[in-house]
Amino acid sequence: MEGTNAKYVSHKISKTRWRPVSSSSLQQPDVFATGSWDNEENKISIWSIGDQVISSMEAEFEGDPQLLCESKHGGDVLDLHFLDQERIVTASSTGAVTIYHLHPNSQTISVSQRWTRAHHYPCDNAPCTGVVCKSPEIVTVGEDGRINLFRADQQTAIRTIDNADSSTIHAVTFLRTTEILTVNSIGQIKIWDFRQQSNTPSQILSQTGDRVPLHCVARHPNQQHIVATGGQDGMLCIWDARQGKAPASLMEAHTAEMWEVHFHPTNPDHLFTCSEDGSLLHWEMTSSSESTSFLQGGRNNSVLSRSAVAPAGGGQSLSAWLSGDSSKGRLETTHMLPSQTLSVNSLDVLGQCLVCGTDGEAIFVNRQVPV
Amino acid sequence: MEELDVEPTTTNIPAGEGNHLGFVWGPGDILVYDTIYKASGAEGTCSPFIHEVRKDEDIYSPILRKLFNESHHIFVGLQTIREDLPNKNKKTQFVSISKNYRSVIRACMEELQQVAVLTQDAELATQYGNQVSILLAIELIWNLCEVLFIDAAPGGSLLLHLLDWVRLHKADVDEKAQEVLQSESPTEHHDYWDVVLSYMLQGRMDEARQMLVKWSALKPAARSMYKQMDNLLSKMPVYNPGGNQTLTEFDVKWRHWHDEVDHCLQDNSFASDPNLELICKILVGDEDALLEQKDLLSTWYHFLVTRLLFSHPTVKPTELHYYAQSCLAMFDSRSSPEPLDSILLAAFEFDIHQVIKDCSIALNNWWFVAHLTDLLDHCNLLQSHNLHFGSNLREFLLLEYASGLFTHHSLWQLAVDYFDYCPEFGRVYLEQQIEHVPLDTERKALKVLRICEQRQMSEQVRSICKIMAKRALRNNRLGSALSWSIRAKDAAFATLISERFLQDYCARGTFSDLDLIDNLGPAMLLSDRLTFLGKYREFHKLYGENRFPDAAKLLLSLMTAQIAPRSFWMTLLTDALPLLEQKEAIFSADQTHELIFCLEELTSSPMQDEDMEDKVELLRLALARNLAKAIVKEGTVEV
Repeated sequence: MEGTNAKYVSHKISKTRWRPVSSSSLQQPDVFATGSWDNEENKISIWSIGDQVISSMEAEFEGDPQLLCESKHGGDVLDLHFLDQERIVTASSTGAVTIYHLHPNSQTISVSQRWTRAHHYPCDNAPCTGVVCKSPEIVTVGEDGRINLFRADQQTAIRTIDNADSSTIHAVTFLRTTEILTVNSIGQIKIWDFRQQSNTPSQILSQTGDRVPLHCVARHPNQQHIVATGGQDGMLCIWDARQGKAPASLMEAHTAEMWEVHFHPTNPDHLFTCSEDGSLLHWEMTSSSESTSFLQGGRNNSVLSRSAVAPAGGGQSLSAWLSGDSSKGRLETTHMLPSQTLSVNSLDVLGQCLVCGTDGEAIFVNRQVPV
Repeated sequence: MEELDVEPTTTNIPAGEGNHLGFVWGPGDILVYDTIYKASGAEGTCSPFIHEVRKDEDIYSPILRKLFNESHHIFVGLQTIREDLPNKNKKTQFVSISKNYRSVIRACMEELQQVAVLTQDAELATQYGNQVSILLAIELIWNLCEVLFIDAAPGGSLLLHLLDWVRLHKADVDEKAQEVLQSESPTEHHDYWDVVLSYMLQGRMDEARQMLVKWSALKPAARSMYKQMDNLLSKMPVYNPGGNQTLTEFDVKWRHWHDEVDHCLQDNSFASDPNLELICKILVGDEDALLEQKDLLSTWYHFLVTRLLFSHPTVKPTELHYYAQSCLAMFDSRSSPEPLDSILLAAFEFDIHQVIKDCSIALNNWWFVAHLTDLLDHCNLLQSHNLHFGSNLREFLLLEYASGLFTHHSLWQLAVDYFDYCPEFGRVYLEQQIEHVPLDTERKALKVLRICEQRQMSEQVRSICKIMAKRALRNNRLGSALSWSIRAKDAAFATLISERFLQDYCARGTFSDLDLIDNLGPAMLLSDRLTFLGKYREFHKLYGENRFPDAAKLLLSLMTAQIAPRSFWMTLLTDALPLLEQKEAIFSADQTHELIFCLEELTSSPMQDEDMEDKVELLRLALARNLAKAIVKEGTVEV
């Protein structure tokens, strides 16, 4: 794929995340973090694709990610999230949840806080499988079926739901400020409301028939009730959290586990998925012709008009995603990586930049994602 | 036993004096330990250590890991080249794949060189330096094999390829030339003539001429002599494989040029200048003059190619071995050849098997031989050379390489694809090794499972799920444990876990993990006990929803259809009590009869528990009352 750069890094990548850019500026992201897994000594690394580190000597490496700093990480990095521009939260296979502080000036990284046994069994550690942040709140889930709510500035958990799930919770996302959504290994989606004191989910959605384990979840950035999930069978499911217990649409995507799904944060007509089968897919929902031109006009014009048409665009994509009409040719998918057999474990997309990491110990960066 | 080609290498184990060592084979490595047995008369204590002896140290190098990962990608690409391509297209593909492999080696080498320079640790720097020189040798051999075997250029083009090969591996000329040209007066530089000669020895006549211009500009007196030399150099015929000139035409033209140079030499045209005289001698292919430039040539194979350039430019592949042998002897007659020399010589002799064999012995990793052999095998260059052990040579080497990868904590995933492309024993190897992968997290277990499921390795799938289920059970995660045994379709284990659920229910009076049990679906049919668990929970749900007749019917059927285990009947009958005590008769007369029958069957065996006897009394009473109610109800005709 054009514009894709590969870099081999000598450890298998489990997670890749862009550092957020300030929402007011329209600048492209230039720093991302990766986590490794399955190594004797795992680490979290910070990379830059910015131009400032490229000296004239290394002109040939232009666009090649340069390592800024790295830090050891106890256990596999099972999830990774930027709390804000300088803090990163990791989930470890040892059950620990760690906040790293990234000092942008000195280009170093250090541990600023750690909850060592955030997830555990009575007499053993339990891997922490997922983490999601809404600064200063951090929610973690694990193989022990527990949900923890932490605050970055507090030593102990604010809220813990033991046995929230009888099976492994694989991923978590915020639905609203007080509501989170988890997916588990028996194909269920559970919605939890932290305002309620009871330790039971406020809503359970599940597929009928087969109990296909779900591995990832993403929420539509504008339409909070639209949720995309991916699971063991590689299918992409779009759910409407407001209505119905079954998925609104099901689309064939990958031939093996889907590890991550992401809506494009500012252009949710685009969605990205990656999988154990070694592929990375770009899904594009093309709306009906007139509104497309309208949208495009908006995109290319000033910021003001863009924000003015955003709700309309969101409304368009709402119906489109939920109906999932690939038969009418409204949904287009493109492969974004050269064919390879090893799993693409993680991806992140921000602005026009996409980064993904594989079990082939490679990081791929694409700075010209057509969105 | 077959004779050994080389002495096996010795690894010293720091063990107790005079103790006998014991060892055990692992999938790739060996564990060595002290035993309590001692050589007679020896004294000493038993060392408490277990030593792990690794076969292949290279896979632990972080930089070489890039080589393994990138080449894995190329390897898989090579395996999937379509069989039905015409031979000509195939050849171009094979050559380009070979080039890809080499560029990966080069990238790795450059990085190693960089870190070797940067590192402070002298020992580490040496280690990097060694790895660089190994990679250099590997690339040199690979490139020659590409020229001779894969590209298999005919006479004429062959020499051009060999020249490229030499130029690539003797690139210091350009650095030297830069240095000379940047100096204040290049012609006075002590390396000036070395650069001119080096260019010539590599057949880079244009560059040599550009250097010479500088000299002539300063020596107006020698202008005519220079002109004559420049003329000779510029006229030297070069074969153009793309052109329409035949090899014979080129040969005639070349001989004509050669005669002209020879003539100049006889004429003593350049006698006044020793440098130009030397150039002329080289042009005419004077072996003594060439051998005097040993320092510039530095290796016998450079000498070989240069000699061919000026004496036999149309050399055919079949004639190479003759020149190679004589050049090796002429260049360095004193010492015995190094392993690299023998390998290159074997290549010039087109003895592919000898090349592979020597490389396997001389190099400390399997990466090179495995990939090269695989590529050559795809080019149909290896005769079906069956080994007396294992399958053919390609498969044997790939299996060795992949087994090495599999012992690595992280690279094991790469090995899977290599095993896949070993038709005879790959699967057996994979089956043996995959069970040794430690499963720290569910995500890793899922990855391993996917590998097994894709290859229909049901035995391994079962074993992995069982490991995970047992771990979940140990951690009191019944729901997870049940999920794993359902995935493995392991009926026995599902029964065991269902028992645990029921025990918990009996102890606590409530079900745990309702989200799982309520959503069993068709998985419920995996084992009888699981079916019972699911149905029993369904009963509670019906009861909770006040659907008493349905609940009663289900409860009874659990006993009469023999779904419930006998040990659980008492609990079921107790569950029936509140239904029996309802104002309305819920169990019909027939159903009550059946319940009574169940109770009697249960009490026919002696009971120890006094508690139980009370319960039985209570049940009998309730059953009798219900029977009365039911008979009355059924006997009543509504008017």
